[in-house]
Formats: sequence, structure tokens, C-alpha cells
Amino acid sequence: MTPDYDLAVVGGGPAGVAGALTASLAGLGVVLLDSAARLGGQYFRRPADGFRAGRPGALHHGLDRFARQCDRLAARADVLTGHRVWSVEREGSALAVRCAEGDREERPRTITARGVLVATGAYDRPLPFPGWDLPGVITAGGAQALLKGDLVVAGSRVVVAGTGPFLLPVAAGLAAAGAHVLGAYEAGGRLGLAAHPFLAAGRAAEALGYGLRLARHRVPYRGRRAVVEAHGDDRLTHVTIARLDRDWRPVSTRTVECDTLACGYGFIPRIDLLVQLGCAVRDDHGDPAVVVDAGMRTGVPGVYAAGETTGVGGALLAEVEGRIAGRAAAADLGRRVPPDPVLSRRRDRMAAFARALRQAYPVRPGWQGWLREDTLVCRCEEVPLSAVREALELGAADARSVKLLTRAGMGWCQGRMCGYTVACLTRDALPVTRRAIAEPVRLGDLAAWPRPADDPASPDDGPASPEGRSR
Amino acid sequence: MNPARRLVRADPEPGFEIDVDGEAVPVVPGQSLGAVLHAAGIRSWRTTRSGGRPRGLFCGIGVCFDCLVTVNGVPSLRACQIEARPGDRVTTGRPHPDGRPAADHASTEREAAGPAGPGRDRGAGGGRGDS
Ligand SMILES: Cc1cc2nc3c(=O)[nH]c(=O)nc-3n(C[C@H](O)[C@H](O)[C@H](O)COP(=O)(O)OP(=O)(O)OC[C@H]3O[C@@H](n4cnc5c(N)ncnc54)[C@H](O)[C@@H]3O)c2cc1C
Ligand code: FES
Repeated sequence: MTPDYDLAVVGGGPAGVAGALTASLAGLGVVLLDSAARLGGQYFRRPADGFRAGRPGALHHGLDRFARQCDRLAARADVLTGHRVWSVEREGSALAVRCAEGDREERPRTITARGVLVATGAYDRPLPFPGWDLPGVITAGGAQALLKGDLVVAGSRVVVAGTGPFLLPVAAGLAAAGAHVLGAYEAGGRLGLAAHPFLAAGRAAEALGYGLRLARHRVPYRGRRAVVEAHGDDRLTHVTIARLDRDWRPVSTRTVECDTLACGYGFIPRIDLLVQLGCAVRDDHGDPAVVVDAGMRTGVPGVYAAGETTGVGGALLAEVEGRIAGRAAAADLGRRVPPDPVLSRRRDRMAAFARALRQAYPVRPGWQGWLREDTLVCRCEEVPLSAVREALELGAADARSVKLLTRAGMGWCQGRMCGYTVACLTRDALPVTRRAIAEPVRLGDLAAWPRPADDPASPDDGPASPEGRSR
Repeated sequence: MNPARRLVRADPEPGFEIDVDGEAVPVVPGQSLGAVLHAAGIRSWRTTRSGGRPRGLFCGIGVCFDCLVTVNGVPSLRACQIEARPGDRVTTGRPHPDGRPAADHASTEREAAGPAGPGRDRGAGGGRGDS
């Protein structure tokens, strides 16, 4: 059977769109799938069409160029938005991409291709603290997504906290959109704007824009500060902000009234589909990232990865990696693609910079001292710190044993929110979870397909349940 | 106009309203249900199984499952991942404005079962699949 396409691209952010466009320009038959209703991914998330935004680029740097890429792509490839991919597996000589179409109806669909490029991005890394599950506490990326995609300002009195350069666009965006941003609190040392990593990353104009916005709205940007507790009965009313020592242990605290906290400690690559496929994973400063060669090939034939899945590096690097992957896929399928050493050198430079950035904004161990015995570690299964400590005292030596004893990481999110925390608490190695299903699907959809082969090495990640979501 | 809309020079299409526990809540076509609820000042729309703790948006991009919502009787949809549609009726389990008792939300959540996924220990958790 001939596959439907030469290349299927999963993810329509900067990496996926660049990869799909490059591959189609090189002559491949390409399909791009994304679960969202519009292309853009996280960085280029655009307002719903119903807003008829005259200047959608006001919230993004470089949106026009991306929009042109999308137009060119739509003219030469199939773009399937609203398609959630829950598994990719080998089927003979092709790869079968299993997805569900529609945000509620979930029409099952399988697409086959000779190659697959996985560019599924990343999600925020939250750190727990007392009260972090109160409504009104959201991730920094979540606040950004609300603003960019829905033109909803997350709150009226907002505190932004966490670590990394991403706090700046979040605080600046919220302030420009009318929120009273009480402060942006960087747990690491604050880097002066002149020394700010954005500048070195060739994003000077963007950084300057954030700086100006923060200054115009008098938003303080403070280093060695973190929100260590959120207060409120059924929604957030206050946060405790602590001054931190080098290791993030609180030195002194004060309380601030607010209705919203936007909080994020970096990003975690979204690599479920790649792990399913058996791609090798490396330790990227404590986070899992997929191993690729200079052409963004994973070790699995026909499978490519680009963007945050290969290590968090931001939108510009994601685009460059997408282009390299698109070229490699075309070359591997026999298209004539002359080498482009300039592109490769750009990637090397930007990736080296991303590594330096990760080193500049590490998560320091002192955050564990923010927790109390009753602080939830796992939000889904409501597992408090005390239960995890008990499991450790009982002799649980790794994250998997803790999971089995406490159910931490066994709920809806499958450990995406607590995986990092549990790994830190158990001093376990890299938290790589093999999830047989990357996106939730209904029972009927699952039953319609043969099961992907189970990995005998992961006894706790067994076959999908027949009691999947019932309706 | 809300400053976010002014910033991007939005000229929204005529919208519609959805029903949240009997209350009318405005929607701009294409907005996610989670954003619509959040914008209306509603910060939570379910309670957790064991602690009864309120939950609303957290990650905003479909990974945390905090935002599970019941729409038109269908439980456990991720509010941040679905578009609000004309005719949508959302039930949160909060007391109804006209005094009717709240739906037993805890039980809807129990019936909903988990996402099909790895690590199932079948039968545990009284038929819930999200183990
Ligand atoms: C919530 C959030 C907000 C962010 N906002 C910004 C910002 O404002 N500025 C900034 O500089 N950086 C931001 N980032 C960082 C972001 O990771 C990068 O800027 C950039 O978007 C990465 O590009 P990418 O192409 O690798 O992935 P992304 O842009 O994340 O694109 C990945 C795409 O894959 C899709 N996808 C994922 N899994 C599946 C699946 N199973 N099936 C189908 N589709 C799938 C997603 O819907 C998404 O559209 C944000 C990150 C997050 C998590
Ligand atoms: S808010 Fe996290 S899944 Fe919707």
C-alpha cells in the first residue's frame, strides 16, 4: 500500500510550519496536523478569527513572516487543524499517524506517511507550593495563551513569578493589555536588561519592547524573589512573596493582594509521540529531550524531531530546526537538496546559546523548602507531600515506586504536572514516562484500532484501559 | 473596549451567549470555553474527587486536565481545548441562581472515567480509568 503522504508533520508551531513548508518546497507531499484550531503553536498563537483583529501582530514579534509561511504552506500541502494525534507507530514500511478530528466529536482518522516530523513543542514546568492549586493560580504560558489566543487578560491584579526570560513577555503582555501587574519575580538572579539573554539571541528589538512596556507600566522586575505560598478559600486572594538566597531558600517574606498569579519555571519538552516510537532521550539539564543528528533525524528511521522536542530553545531556534528537518526528510526520500552549511551553523550557534541560557536559569533545590506536609504534589490524584515522604520512608527508591505507592502521576495528566517534582523529591534520574497515548481518546476510537505494541520494559505503563472516557 | 482587544484593533463579529448554570455568558466566535468562563470571572467549574477542591484553568494548553468541564451533559471535556458553541449549556455544580439544587458534580466526574492512557490498573478506583 502506498502511504498517503511523503511526510506527516505533527505540530503547527514555528518548527512544524517551517519543516512542512521546506519539505513541500523540496517536492515532498506533506500533511501537517495540529490539535489547535489555528496554526501558530505557542509563540505564534493568534486570536480567534471572530475577533477580526486588525493588528494581530501587536502581541507577537515576527507574526507577519510566520503568517506568510502559513499561506505558502496552505497552497502546497494539506493542513489539518483540529486534529489531535494520539499515537504514531510503524505499519509496514510506513508510519501510521492516529488522530482524532474535532474538539468534541473525535472522529477517528489514520494517516500514513513515509516519514514523520514531530514538532509538538513544550509545556510549562510548574513548581508546587502551598496553595498552588487554588483557582487564580495559572501557568505563565497559560496566561500568555489566554491573551494571545482569546484576548482575555488573566486577571486585574496580577503577580508574575518563576524563572527564565519568558517572564518578561508575560508581564509586559499582561500590563499592555490592561492588567495591573504588581511585579515580575525572578527566582534566579535578575539579569540587567543590557545583559539580557534575548539580546544575545538576536532578539534585541523584542527585548527592548518588553523593557519599555514594563517601564511604561511601572512593573517592577525583581531577582531572587519567588511566590512561596498562595492564599484564598476558593480562589486566590493573596500571595506570599519571599526574598530568596542563592539556593532559593526564603530569607524574608511579605504578602501581596492579587487575584491572579502567573507562574512558570521553564518548559518541559512534549515528547510523548517520540518516546512511543522508541526515540532515544537525553538529559537536557534535568529535562528529557529527544536525541537528533545534524539533520534532526532521531535514531528511528523516517522519524524527525524539531523545536522544543529536541531541547527547549525558543521560537527562532525552532524555526531553524524545522527547516533543517524538512531538508533532511526531502534528501532522505531522494529529492535533490544541496547542503546548507549556513543554516547548520545558525542552528549550532543558537543551540549553544539555548544551553547557556538553561545554565543561567537553573531551578535551585531550595524550592522544596516551600512545601508543607499537606501541599499537593500531584494535583490530579491529590497526593500531598506527606504521602510521598511516607513512600520514601517505606523504601521507595525511584519515581516509579513512589507512583505505585502514592498514585502521584497516575491521574488525568499522567504525571506531566508532577513528574519533575516527584523526580526531584526522590532524587531520581530523568523523568521519562512512556505514555501509550499522547492525547486522551474515547473508548470506541481506541477499540477500532489494534493496540500499539507494549513495551515489556515498562510494566506500569501497560495497555490502555478499556474503561477509557465513557459517554 | 477591553485593552487587549484595543491592542490588536479587534472588531469582533457579533457574538452569542452560552448558559452557565442558568447564567448568560458572552462569547466571541472562536474563543475557547475556558477563556469564556475565565473572562466572565468564573475561576472554577468543578471540584476534585477527594478533597472537593475547586478547579479551573491552570496550564491553558490541554496538558494538566484541571479545566475539565461538563457541557450539554457531556462530562470531562477540557475547557481550554474546546471552542464555545451557540447553545452550549455548562453545569459546574455551583448552586443554581434560581435556587435549584446543584447537580451532583462529584458523581458526574466519577462516571466520566479517565483518559484512555497508560498505567491502567483496571478495576482500581471503582471503575475510573485514569489510574
Ligand atoms: C503555553 C505556552 C506559551 C508560550 N508563549 C510564548 C511566548 O509568548 N513567547 C515566547 O518566546 N515563547 C513562548 N513559549 C515557548 C515556546 O515553547 C516557543 O516559543 C515556541 O512556540 C516553540 O516552538 P515549537 O514549534 O517547538 O512548538 P510550539 O509552538 O509549542 O508548537 C507545537 C504545536 O504542536 C501541537 N501539538 C502538540 N501535541 C500535539 C498532538 N499530540 N497532536 C496534534 N498537535 C499537537 C500544539 O497544539 C502546538 O500548536 C510558550 C510556551 C508555552 C508552553
Ligand atoms: S487548563 Fe490545563 S488542560 Fe485545560
